[in-house]
Amino acid sequence: MIRSPRLPLYITIATFILAFAICVSQYPAMLSTRVVANLLTDNAFLGIAAAGMTFVIISGGIDLSVGSVIAFTGVFLAVVMRDFPVHPLVAFAMVLAITISFGAAMGAIIHYLEMPPFIVTLAGMFLMRGLAYVMSTDSVPVTHDFYNTLQGIYWKAPGGGRFRMIGGLMILTYVVAMIVLHRTKFGQNVYAIGGSPVTAKLMGVPIAKTTIGIYAVSGGLAGLAGIVYSLYTSAGYSLATVGVELDAIAAVVIGGTLLSGGSGFVAGTFFGILIMGLIQTYIVFDGSLSSWWTKIVIGGLLFAFIMLQKGLSWATTMRRKPAAEFATRS
Amino acid sequence: MMNTTSAPVLHAAGISKFFPGSIALDDVELTLYSGEVHALLGENGAGKSTLIKCLTGAYRRDAGMIRLDGQEIDPRGPLDSQSLGIGTVYQEVNLLPNLTVADNLFLGWQPTRHGLLDRKTMVRRAGEILSGFGLEIDPSLLLSAYPIAIQQVVAIARAVEQSGKVLILDEPTASLDRDEIDLLFSVVRQLTARGIAVVFITHFLDQVFEIADRVTVLRNGRLVGTRQMDDVTQSDIVEMMLGRHLETHLRRRDRSAPGKSLLKLKNFGKRGMIEPFDLDLHEGEVVGLAGLLGSGRTETVKVIFGVTAADQGNAELRGKPVKMANPRESIAMRFGMCPEDRKTDGIVGDLSVRENIILSLQARQGWHRPLTRTKINEIVDHYVKALDIRLASPDMPIRLLSGGNQQKALLARALATEPELLILDEPTRGIDVGAHAEIIELIEHLRAHGMALVVASSEMAELVTYSNRIIVLRDRHHVRELEGDAINTGAIVRAITQQEALA
Repeated sequence: MIRSPRLPLYITIATFILAFAICVSQYPAMLSTRVVANLLTDNAFLGIAAAGMTFVIISGGIDLSVGSVIAFTGVFLAVVMRDFPVHPLVAFAMVLAITISFGAAMGAIIHYLEMPPFIVTLAGMFLMRGLAYVMSTDSVPVTHDFYNTLQGIYWKAPGGGRFRMIGGLMILTYVVAMIVLHRTKFGQNVYAIGGSPVTAKLMGVPIAKTTIGIYAVSGGLAGLAGIVYSLYTSAGYSLATVGVELDAIAAVVIGGTLLSGGSGFVAGTFFGILIMGLIQTYIVFDGSLSSWWTKIVIGGLLFAFIMLQKGLSWATTMRRKPAAEFATRS
Repeated sequence: MMNTTSAPVLHAAGISKFFPGSIALDDVELTLYSGEVHALLGENGAGKSTLIKCLTGAYRRDAGMIRLDGQEIDPRGPLDSQSLGIGTVYQEVNLLPNLTVADNLFLGWQPTRHGLLDRKTMVRRAGEILSGFGLEIDPSLLLSAYPIAIQQVVAIARAVEQSGKVLILDEPTASLDRDEIDLLFSVVRQLTARGIAVVFITHFLDQVFEIADRVTVLRNGRLVGTRQMDDVTQSDIVEMMLGRHLETHLRRRDRSAPGKSLLKLKNFGKRGMIEPFDLDLHEGEVVGLAGLLGSGRTETVKVIFGVTAADQGNAELRGKPVKMANPRESIAMRFGMCPEDRKTDGIVGDLSVRENIILSLQARQGWHRPLTRTKINEIVDHYVKALDIRLASPDMPIRLLSGGNQQKALLARALATEPELLILDEPTRGIDVGAHAEIIELIEHLRAHGMALVVASSEMAELVTYSNRIIVLRDRHHVRELEGDAINTGAIVRAITQQEALA
């Protein structure tokens, strides 16, 4: 059991179930489709960004530009739709093209100039935030009918929960991300680079293509997260989503992905997001706790998961059996 | 199995490789036949790895041609040579421990269904391939869950599945223990039975005689010769490798008897590094460690100093049991050490000579009690003078010194802690003749003043000159202890090649 690569994932899922059970035992009202539906809706943009972050972190990198890209996307959509008669879908396509190219460019710089991802994406963070400011410093409302249509799509579950489109979009993102990461050659190469770029190269992994692809995925998903955020708030504001990249990183780590790369699961990140959302919901239900407790609990959880990862990797290597036990003949 | 009558699988001739200022390979020839295990031997720097790198295309050769199955080839890199049919497995397993065994085996050429990876097929095929090598393991587990030997076999399986004509094993057994080596060799035999030519690079002569059909020896970038294993003895090979006729060196006779016992090691060892050994060190004595590269010289030195903690046996310092778990404790017990690789383990290149010399002493004192400037200058001046370290100023970065002077500065660092036991690993490697003689003089001097010294060296003649006792190592065993008049280079070679044990 201890050798199963999925153990961290199971631990994250168990943590979520335990946390939910604790919440329900204190506030039975939390066991409702409303809470679950809101959990998905409120965390949709963060969840989508964190899915991209999972790719980056598994490859041993980091993407600090995510929050800025989301804000840029929101402002871009609002300003473009205010100033030009474009359909939201056209604007979506434009902004996705921009964010994907932006991510790919960061990946290319990281690979070809051999720069640390931390610095390159930090520069990207400032650049995108700056561009958002240049377009508008005010909160720009979006008033397109198509937005109302999209926001009006939901499935009303028994119990009153409204599962909105953006929550569904997040789940769809995770399903696609899981398939790509676990069932394609590209996904395998992401893990390989995270394990050791030098070895991966020797084994024939196309490092340049994969690195560029990884940051393009992260940029594109940050753009998608921006679209979702725009639908969620019906506005674009250049000061929005500051520090969201850090929440995304936290969700990825709580989801059992190794911050040093090479190991992790998209599904883990999904549950990481749910755990973080759950903590927030609990504090809302409690009413008397300061919302800063969210940060404290997430900090504690992060620390616990880092310790857990260290313990697991240690246990894996310590419990190696002698080679002779695997040989059938000599 | 081997078929030397037919055409060779691989024929490389006239291979030369020049580096700025040196000739790494000079007109070397290598012929491989289908189904043979061909050992490639030579001391460090003989050109083994350069030759391999030229064959796999990691280096561009400057002259010569390579024929594979009669076709001239010109591999541009490891991936290219891999696809041509030459696979390589290195000492450090070049696989990804964070992926499963099956993923590692198939990375880059995974079976797919509808564009997606077919994991079921991967795991099943991986199981089949590995059981073909006599391994029953679960390929869906992480590679890191398995011991190095298993990982080594997985690396071999990957190389063979992709290439399947020539397999180069570069020191595959260096970190394996006996059972694991047996496992590896059974795999190698299965490969030769399939007609694959295996190149086996190692420092362990026993293993060469156990597995190889033919041997090619290189020395200083030149081909010494290729022999059938049946036609040669271990001494022949050692002579081919070392290239010197092993005349007896005269020992100095003016040595006083050793003093009282200082450090007593019983059954001391570390699994996978050095077999358990006993060692009794006295004040005023030099114990030499002799053996070929990889015989366990450095490993012995490392467990004594606690660089690698021993996992068995016990130690007594002046009759009191002690633990030697890390170098800090060893320094506290007044041990000093100069490591083998000056550049990576010894000097801190950009710090000044002065800082390098006082580093160990300051570390022992603790950082909260800094040495005063006057005290530092006093110590540094003393050792610069005593060891005749030639420098423009103690403030210059140590990397600017010559090899011999760097070595002396490192000795000064160890001596500044006023050790009772000084451990030297290859103290004369890569330094000029003059400095060489001075360091030997210094060893004599320290011994005469009652210090205990352990010196590991590949220079037999040098060991013979200053050692009171010599421990000979082979295959990570302490095989023989020579004392007094029994010390001469001939006896060391005999112990290395184990002729004596048979007599």
